[in-house]
Amino acid sequence: MIAAHLPALQVVIPLIAAPLCAILRRGTAAWVIAVAANWLAFAVSIGLLFRVLDEGVISYAMGGWAPPIGIEYRVDLINVFVLLVVSGVGAAIIPFARKGTEARFDSTNQAWFYTMYLLALTGLLGVTITGDAFNIFVFLEISSLASYVMIAMGRDKRALTAAYQYLIMGTVGATFIVIGIGLLWAMTGTLNLYDLAQRIPDIENTRPVLAALAFLTVGISLKLALFPLHLWLPNAYAYAPAVTSAFLAGTATKVGIYLLLRFFFTVFGGGGFFLSTPLPEMFLVLSIVAIFAASTVALFQNNVKRMFAYSSVAQIGFITLGISYATETGLTAALVHLMNHAIMKAGIFMLLGCVIYRLASMRIDDMAGIGRKMPFTMAGIVILGLSLIGAPGTSGFISKFWLVLAAMENGQWWLVALIVIASLITMLYVGRLVEAAYFREPSEKAKNVREAPLAMLIPAYVLVAATIYLGLDTTWSAGLAQDAAASLLSAAY
Amino acid sequence: MTPSDHILLALMIPTLGAILIALTGRNRNLREGVTLVTAGLLFGNVLQILPAVLEGARPEISGFEVTPGLDIAFQVEPLGMLFGLIASFLWIVNSFYSIGYMRGNKEPRQTQFYVAFAVALASAMGIAFSANLFTLFIFYELLTLSTYPLVAHHGDAKARNGARIYLLILLSTSIVFFIPAILWTLSLAGTLDFTPGGILAGNADATTTAILLALFAFGVGKAALMPMHKWLPNAMVAPTPVSALLHAVAVVKAGVFTILKVSVYIFGSDHLLSTGASEWLVYVATFSLLAASVIALTKDNLKARLAYSTVSQLGYIVLGAAIATPLALIGAGMHILMHAFGKITLFFVAGAIHTATHKTEVSQLNGIGRIMPFTMGAFFIGALSIIGLPPLGGAWSKLYIALGGMDGDYWFVVAALMISSLLNVAYLMPIVVRAFFRPPDPDDNGHGNGDGHSVAAVNDRLSLRERMAEAPWFCVVPLCFTAIACFVLFFAPDVVIQLLEGMLEVPQ
Repeated sequence: MIAAHLPALQVVIPLIAAPLCAILRRGTAAWVIAVAANWLAFAVSIGLLFRVLDEGVISYAMGGWAPPIGIEYRVDLINVFVLLVVSGVGAAIIPFARKGTEARFDSTNQAWFYTMYLLALTGLLGVTITGDAFNIFVFLEISSLASYVMIAMGRDKRALTAAYQYLIMGTVGATFIVIGIGLLWAMTGTLNLYDLAQRIPDIENTRPVLAALAFLTVGISLKLALFPLHLWLPNAYAYAPAVTSAFLAGTATKVGIYLLLRFFFTVFGGGGFFLSTPLPEMFLVLSIVAIFAASTVALFQNNVKRMFAYSSVAQIGFITLGISYATETGLTAALVHLMNHAIMKAGIFMLLGCVIYRLASMRIDDMAGIGRKMPFTMAGIVILGLSLIGAPGTSGFISKFWLVLAAMENGQWWLVALIVIASLITMLYVGRLVEAAYFREPSEKAKNVREAPLAMLIPAYVLVAATIYLGLDTTWSAGLAQDAAASLLSAAY
Repeated sequence: MTPSDHILLALMIPTLGAILIALTGRNRNLREGVTLVTAGLLFGNVLQILPAVLEGARPEISGFEVTPGLDIAFQVEPLGMLFGLIASFLWIVNSFYSIGYMRGNKEPRQTQFYVAFAVALASAMGIAFSANLFTLFIFYELLTLSTYPLVAHHGDAKARNGARIYLLILLSTSIVFFIPAILWTLSLAGTLDFTPGGILAGNADATTTAILLALFAFGVGKAALMPMHKWLPNAMVAPTPVSALLHAVAVVKAGVFTILKVSVYIFGSDHLLSTGASEWLVYVATFSLLAASVIALTKDNLKARLAYSTVSQLGYIVLGAAIATPLALIGAGMHILMHAFGKITLFFVAGAIHTATHKTEVSQLNGIGRIMPFTMGAFFIGALSIIGLPPLGGAWSKLYIALGGMDGDYWFVVAALMISSLLNVAYLMPIVVRAFFRPPDPDDNGHGNGDGHSVAAVNDRLSLRERMAEAPWFCVVPLCFTAIACFVLFFAPDVVIQLLEGMLEVPQ
């Protein structure tokens, strides 16, 4: 009975929990509800995964209205993979959120923060699970509006401008997406993704369809912060509260990636059409520029959160690089890195949250000598940093492994060299932080700090452990991703 | 217990040891007791695997698959057996020495030191017993990371700088060359398993093999092949037991072990010989070993001189791997062993001199043999073994490499080896001559250090016992022991050769 309604529950649970938090207006109670809702959502994702593995694609008619009249929720391997990442990363972040929000906000505002968090989660899960193009737009707006608020709640005044910047660019992106969807609807008369996938092949070279593809590509690329549409991201991540940065880094951009895959490969049919457009070359070039430009800029940041924000832009470049191949190996690399990067970057931002909690600063000079004061926090950052570089034994290595494999398959040896050089630059900027933390005399601020509370460390270490686990056992990352990639290319939906 | 269980134990013992050392850190006697017991247990355990390997068995743990093509698995073959034995045995000796040195010099952060040391040994065991390149690479990187705090031990600007160069060169070589080489191997051969006879024969032509070999030779930065050697002299800022770990017990040995293992089990000796793909490496390695010897001549700092000597001696092993004839490969394997004992002796001496007199430069050592006769006597023996004179162990390995060179028609190699031996004499023997035959400097005042001893003040009429001012016995006994071992090894090459011959057997 419940199993049948899992697709609806995935979205309904956080959606109902959000207003509950707002009504209660009490920080602790809201937090308990948020944790319960997020953990339940994660459990639902796991349940969905097993159902999909068991019986293949699940089609769920919302409210009993059969598609294409009603809204269909359609779960296949690709979106259940992304659902797992989103709800899983959220499930680790939300227990962590308690200490930081408690120290910053009064009880009412804490409740608001959890309300916004749950709405953002609802939106992201909704975008991922729905099989309806317009529904995607609606959920995307829910999550975006909620995340603007979450960013604006940062302690720095610049958080307000960062949120405003994101609001403007995010709205432009959403507008592009809705224009794209509108054009598709005009041409096909349907908003259902499955029906779109059936009808588009016949008209795929008509100008409105190509225009729709262009609008969708630009709009989604804005959401996922593909270079050069990433300008909103560094400030948003740098000045938002740590919980927000961790959540957005782990989920929001990843859902953008999912949308790209869904439209390019499912709606526009199996990769053949994608390869016939100039998109692969475009993504290849933009990804490489993203990787190098953002990594280089990261090297020169003095605000550590900003540094890792630029690092995110570079890492998204690795994911889109995998997509640009449109081969099974390339898409596997993209999906694997989607999961691995979500986990490691969320972990890094959480541990940086621990540092902020004690140090109240993100300047690299203030973090000097912190390695001895906060040994567990810094050790966690080092492990996740190694994963970011791609050290073997961590999940980052698996990502790079698939990416290099994909490049080799295409005989692009120069690309292997570029990936290697990019890892070196990553090593340099992670090394800068490690060096300051361990080998410089403690700064004035760092002298009086102590280790972060366990309530923050334990959730962060769950992600650290996951990073190591996924470096040694890839059944649930690469294993799933490979099957998902195969089904993307065969346009099975 | 089966030999496979012993493989697992070899990884577990030092790991558990590290945890116990961290827990007992407050009581230094207990902590160092744990270190010694762990080291002893580890060696005893590794020794249990030897009989099976000598009989031709290859004990293994099949492990698990990480992702298709990448497995974590362990297998003991003769070369790994040898490396495992060397590392675990020298850890015992080095631990005794560490106790003397670290206490004698009142070093800070000693618990951290012993913990990192134990983790480094666990990594070395992983390298020795890994069954494929991927597993080896993980432990190779772990070894780099676990030795980083050891190199940076003193925490001052100089130590930090040395450690930074150490980490930067080792990590960047492995990212830029080593990983691509591994992935390329995987794409060519479809496997990364160490297989007798190699896996690349028939999968790679001569040019590909030569390029791939270059990626390995320069990517394994720990082998310190010029120009990737800079980290080694820079790492000498570390306390002497760490230098011993780097130069003799684990780190550079892990490097040349990897080169040798790749040459035998990935490329395959026959494949290298038939394609001639490793010929260029013969020239590069020869250049490296000669150039490093010449640089060693110019160094006045004792540890710097020894560091360049190591770069030169590692060149011998890479040379053996590049020549790839059976005799050269056996010689290279033996040289891992012989050089380990010789060089650990020399570094122990350098540390003992530092502990007793706080002298670091060769030019300060005039007459030091008078007050430290045992120490300098051991130095003499160790130096002779490095030079390669009988009756010391180093003679055998150099002989085999030279014979291997003749087999492969590299006559200039034989000449280069002779020149190199002469250079070894030229940079090592003056130290012995200074120590025993030069009078002490008259203005020597013990360098104003409280516990330093003035050599000049020693009255010649005093008996040996009265004028002696050796380092603590915890330092002197280990270095005498390793010196004697250099001597013993000259008489026991058979078992080593027998073991290493097993490395060349290719099942038909």
